[in-house]
Amino acid sequence: MGGENRYLGLAYLSPYIVGLLVFTAFPFAYSFYLSFTDYSLMSSPEWVGLDNYTKLFTRDRTFDKSLKVTLIYVFSTVPLKLVFALFIAVILNYKLKAINFFRTAYYVPSILGGSIAIAVLWRYVFADTGLVNMVLGAVGIEGINWFGDPTNALFTITLLRCWQFGSAMVIFLAALQGVDKSLYEAAAVDDANQWQVFRHITLPLITPVIFFNLIMQSVQAFQEFNGPYIITNGGPLKSTYLLPLYIYDKAFRNFEMGYASAIAWILFTMIMVLTVVAFWSSKKWVYYAGDKRS
Amino acid sequence: MTVEVANSSIAEDMDRVNRQIARRQKINSMVRYVLLIAVGFVMLYPLIWLVGASFKTNSEIFTNPGFWPKEPTISGYVKGWQTSTPYTFGHFFWNTFLIILPKTIGTCISASLVAYGFARFEFPFKRVFFSLLIATLLLPNVVTRIPQYLLFRDMGWLDTFLPLWVPSALAGDAFFTFMLVQFLRGIPRDMEEAARVDGANSLQTLWYIVTPLLAPALISVALFQFMWTMNDFLGPLIYLSSVDKFPVSLALKLSIDTTEAFDWNQILAMSVLAITPALIVFFMAQKYFIEGISTGGVKG
Repeated sequence: MGGENRYLGLAYLSPYIVGLLVFTAFPFAYSFYLSFTDYSLMSSPEWVGLDNYTKLFTRDRTFDKSLKVTLIYVFSTVPLKLVFALFIAVILNYKLKAINFFRTAYYVPSILGGSIAIAVLWRYVFADTGLVNMVLGAVGIEGINWFGDPTNALFTITLLRCWQFGSAMVIFLAALQGVDKSLYEAAAVDDANQWQVFRHITLPLITPVIFFNLIMQSVQAFQEFNGPYIITNGGPLKSTYLLPLYIYDKAFRNFEMGYASAIAWILFTMIMVLTVVAFWSSKKWVYYAGDKRS
Repeated sequence: MTVEVANSSIAEDMDRVNRQIARRQKINSMVRYVLLIAVGFVMLYPLIWLVGASFKTNSEIFTNPGFWPKEPTISGYVKGWQTSTPYTFGHFFWNTFLIILPKTIGTCISASLVAYGFARFEFPFKRVFFSLLIATLLLPNVVTRIPQYLLFRDMGWLDTFLPLWVPSALAGDAFFTFMLVQFLRGIPRDMEEAARVDGANSLQTLWYIVTPLLAPALISVALFQFMWTMNDFLGPLIYLSSVDKFPVSLALKLSIDTTEAFDWNQILAMSVLAITPALIVFFMAQKYFIEGISTGGVKG
């Protein structure tokens, strides 16, 4: 269009520009500043240099524990969820009559996603005498102490998020349906088995989508809050005390805004590093149609 | 002659391959159906059990893994609805609605305006602003949350609904703006050009020509915003302190804290009610959800 005022487009952007400055850019910069201060809301922020960071990395054992738990959580939940989502998507990507029905059914848990009601349900399903242990008992298996045992508690949260594999699956499915059918027919003529077809035709063609899902799910997993907050409240023995819970406690229970900002920036840095590494390494393993690489 | 022989042997080959494919497909689809049904059942059973359990007595919840209640009761719903606060659950649903309504409308309007600006105009720093949009798409909320809280405190917005919807009404959810930009880029501009020849200004063009074309994408935006706001917990947890302003998610957490000890069926009953609006909306409009995720890519 154009022709008119060349600033007209900016006028349409004005709500976004105001919002960006006030609610994103300023808070982003300010939180970086806060991470070098001591700020308890009572007085104005007091500059302490690197003290918060030094304390976090040398003297704060809760942070050590929380960092470790967060990394274990992210690196177990994301691969499990994606592998499962891809597995189901591959099964669904077949001339099945009821594909829409299954796709909908599998998507329902994702729709309820972060809902508190689902976290509540999880408490009942995995309670000592909850649904899972009742079913296990019925087939003669001794019940498992899901939440009470520090070695199991985190896994229960992982299970909750893997249960919500639906949106990753729908994205995989859309990609699978875009794969050129003639490639499969050629493979059938060559008597390739299913695993070979999947490994050498399907998988390379959907790497961009795997990459997209990997980043989105990791960013999300690093920020997991509702699950552990409602289901285990970080326990037992801080075995589900993910960094977002620690940040919340420090900021909104103890009102140590500076210290909490420092933890937030460490978490932010980890997410950014992971994203950058993923982008950088994607050159090696992500295949885009039209690439020279064979 | 030789050509015919060759042809017939090719035909036989094709036949063999086709038969092989057909047989393979039959066995395959059997295995697939069995697997899909088994996985589907395991996935959906907790939800089915939840509905059944909400009609059970408190003692039966932890003893009966089946769906059907032995002594069906609606006391969980009746007592749960009353809550242990001076308010009923209806009040908390109303609060949720009061957050969702301005947030959804504000998102649709602001995201349309901004997407229109990005997709149809040239202006200074356009590339910079678009890069910033992508950057905010990937920016984790965790890093801006504390200053936002301080900002809202200084503005006197704590314990009001404003922090929960005003940022979104200023196109704060970059994902939606991005989705609409992508959608607009796919729409041909002929009709807009025609409208301009007829003397319509850009705002009229947006309202009369573009918005109707944008409708399916706007429905997806509204639906996702509805779902996410319905499920939002951390926002209300940080910004709201008085019980009379609690949305459903906080009220549910409150009821766990206050009635946990024994009144399990009340909590389960209210959990059922809490997820019902999302389920109804999903089943009424699932087409828009699936399309929305497949084209835009969505968290969840």
